Amino acid sequence: MAGGMFEEPQFHISGDRMLLVALGDAIDIQVNENVRALTELLRKDPPRGVEVVLPAYRSLAVVYDPLVTTPERLQAVIRRMSGKLDDADIPAPRTVEIPVCYGSDLGPDIAFVAAHNGLDVQDVITIHAGRTYHIYTIGFAPGFPYLGGLDRRIHTPRLETPRTRVAAGSVGIAEAQTGIYPLDSPGGWRLIGRTPLKLFDARREKPFLYQAGDNLRFVPISPEQYRCMRQEGGA
Amino acid sequence: MDALRVHTPGPYTTVQDQGRFGFQHMGVPVSGALDQFAHTVANLLVGNRPTCATLEITFFGPELEVLNTVDIAVTGADMALTVNDAPVAQWASLRVHKGDTICFGQAISGCRAYLAVTGGFDGDVVMGSRSTYVSGGIGGVAGRPLQSGDMLARGPGRLLESARRLPWYPLYGSDIHLRAVAGPQDDCFPDSLEVFFSSCYTVTDKTNRMGCRLQGPVLERGPDAPKSIVSEPSVHGNVQVPADGQPIILMVEQTIGGYTKIATVVTADLFKIAQARPGDGVYFHPVTLDEAHALYREWRQYLAYARDALQAG
Repeated sequence: MAGGMFEEPQFHISGDRMLLVALGDAIDIQVNENVRALTELLRKDPPRGVEVVLPAYRSLAVVYDPLVTTPERLQAVIRRMSGKLDDADIPAPRTVEIPVCYGSDLGPDIAFVAAHNGLDVQDVITIHAGRTYHIYTIGFAPGFPYLGGLDRRIHTPRLETPRTRVAAGSVGIAEAQTGIYPLDSPGGWRLIGRTPLKLFDARREKPFLYQAGDNLRFVPISPEQYRCMRQEGGA
Repeated sequence: MDALRVHTPGPYTTVQDQGRFGFQHMGVPVSGALDQFAHTVANLLVGNRPTCATLEITFFGPELEVLNTVDIAVTGADMALTVNDAPVAQWASLRVHKGDTICFGQAISGCRAYLAVTGGFDGDVVMGSRSTYVSGGIGGVAGRPLQSGDMLARGPGRLLESARRLPWYPLYGSDIHLRAVAGPQDDCFPDSLEVFFSSCYTVTDKTNRMGCRLQGPVLERGPDAPKSIVSEPSVHGNVQVPADGQPIILMVEQTIGGYTKIATVVTADLFKIAQARPGDGVYFHPVTLDEAHALYREWRQYLAYARDALQAG
């Protein structure tokens, strides 16, 4: 078992309509790519009775109609498919740039993140914006990306008392994770900046800016650029 | 066509349909009516398809003014429905006319009532559904619960030729029995699975469209079991066990999560959770997956039987 990958898919029952298919036990890029490949194969050629296929980090969920199929039948098809993941035509990952105005009242915790790690504020920005993040999965809120690979030098614990309201677009750090709040919501992440982009807009032709498997880069912008982009409608 | 004007909205009244499917992997939850049986019957009573949107009315009802003649039906929780101050029956169709006032009181039994109108409620269609998802600000009336002054429009549809009534309807008691299939992470609870299936849990007031929080005997994890798992898709009916060992039944505004889930309530019993009130007792009963699928088949037959009974009437 290399990199937390299973030899064979493991199946778990999640009620009378959902079958969970785990391809590994860890957060790992190769496992995540296999999840996307299997999702693609299942969507392209859905077995009878399959209604929805939902990919996540290292597993995917198959929602089925028990009047039409059985989990045994689905497991047989999925085992067969998982042997030919190379046939899947998964879209090449795009790199999506997310402009971020770091610090000021848009990122009120950046000084704490710097002090906690013995760095200057500028170091935090350079480190945070200095790498590309793999989008493992999306969930929790519409368009919320679960990103891999936050630099160890800026890991920071959550707030002890979560804020009752965090503005949409806020970029934060929680332990070894970084992420962006797509909606106004309560939250306990340390906020280091904000993007003027709307990560989710149901009225846009494309409601989301990226999908799982894409890469994401944070690009520092000035407060003036932030204001301009906000006025242009945040997209 | 305008159907109703909202005089008072009630604490949490939203437009809901069967749900928004296929976007959970983008973080958009299914949403939809929590009690799909009551939602479906309300629609059938006024001659609609089950895909039409109804109002989901939580615990305390609104006051609504009728703007044009229309058929309505109220199902689910008993909320002391009146039209122009005269008590009227739920689980039956009723013709109302311009100027009539439809008024709901507090839920006497159950927790959520469903109001259907001829043609179904109109509302923003987002990703194929009119269901309101309030935290995401989408669907229904501007993505929010109803407010005073809202005008509710309806879709096209014909008035009934004769009144309809369901000859039976569910009674919501304060002891709630839920059949559940173990898993997906029942192996994390080797010693407490039996506790889970033999104890009474109490519904707390921390209950909403995301989850129903229960209180009762603590569910201990096994010594080797992880506190959390890599986040994976969740489903309506999953019973999640966070660090404090107090179970939460996940409802319809969840997409993925990293807490372990000890068991999953069968589809046929999900409506009972929608009607649970704080203080009610919840008992979980184990069934195998084969038994759960047999229950699912019966459930679909029951829905078809209700449809035939109403369409014949």
